[in-house]
Amino acid sequence: MKTEHVDGRDHGKVMLYALSTCGWCAKTKQLLTDLGIAFDYLYVDKVGPDEQKAVVEEVEKYNPALSFPTVVIGDRTIVGFREDELRKALA
Amino acid sequence: MNEPAPITAEEIDRVYCEIDHDAESAGYHLHPDEAFTKGLVRGLIENERRYGYRSCPCRLAMGSKEADLDIICPCDYRDPDLAEYNACYCALYVSRGVKQGEQTVGAIPERRPPRAERERARAEARKAPGAIGEFPFPIWRCGVCGYLCARGEPPLQCPICKVGKERFGRFI
Repeated sequence: MKTEHVDGRDHGKVMLYALSTCGWCAKTKQLLTDLGIAFDYLYVDKVGPDEQKAVVEEVEKYNPALSFPTVVIGDRTIVGFREDELRKALA
Repeated sequence: MNEPAPITAEEIDRVYCEIDHDAESAGYHLHPDEAFTKGLVRGLIENERRYGYRSCPCRLAMGSKEADLDIICPCDYRDPDLAEYNACYCALYVSRGVKQGEQTVGAIPERRPPRAERERARAEARKAPGAIGEFPFPIWRCGVCGYLCARGEPPLQCPICKVGKERFGRFI
């Protein structure tokens, strides 16, 4: 499973699970980029069929509804493009 | 995997116009932010190429039509989300108020039930219907044109004569 890395200010573990086709995921990725923090992201719809099951199980650990975007910040999970919550959590 | 030809701006425009026309002629509206909406349209085209059907760009498709049937756009959850949140889950479709800039759209919680529950419901739906008079949904009647529909709530706008939801009454 290849995650992509975006460089920036260190804020511990910040992981974005997203879909490449989703407008809210794009807004979330843009917000994280604009905030200038370092994060990793994975387009779950682009994962090959062999790896998909493992990736789905990984996302479900954080968000049983398996919805996107799912952002994991340390031990906290934010589901959906919740701009205020994301800004606060990453301040 | 073979890389298909890239999706062109012309193709996005064509599909966007087609969806917009269908929406407007049935009393629905697309998100007024054209760049955002065209991004979603690109996602629909991409999913059509990948899976053979336009599954929701904001949900993970399983790649089997039967399993994804409820999220093929327009999805089963569009109208309840329009009624409750003024937009569908991915916000391709919005209420008239949002289109006119009088209402806003925030993050919409996922209404689609988890997979195990969906499979149970599908098995249930395959069973024979109950006795006459036992309907799984209320039936609403448009007071203007008589259009009938069986669903949780009437549509925001009558797809036939375009009058508003408030003109509907419970029929059965």
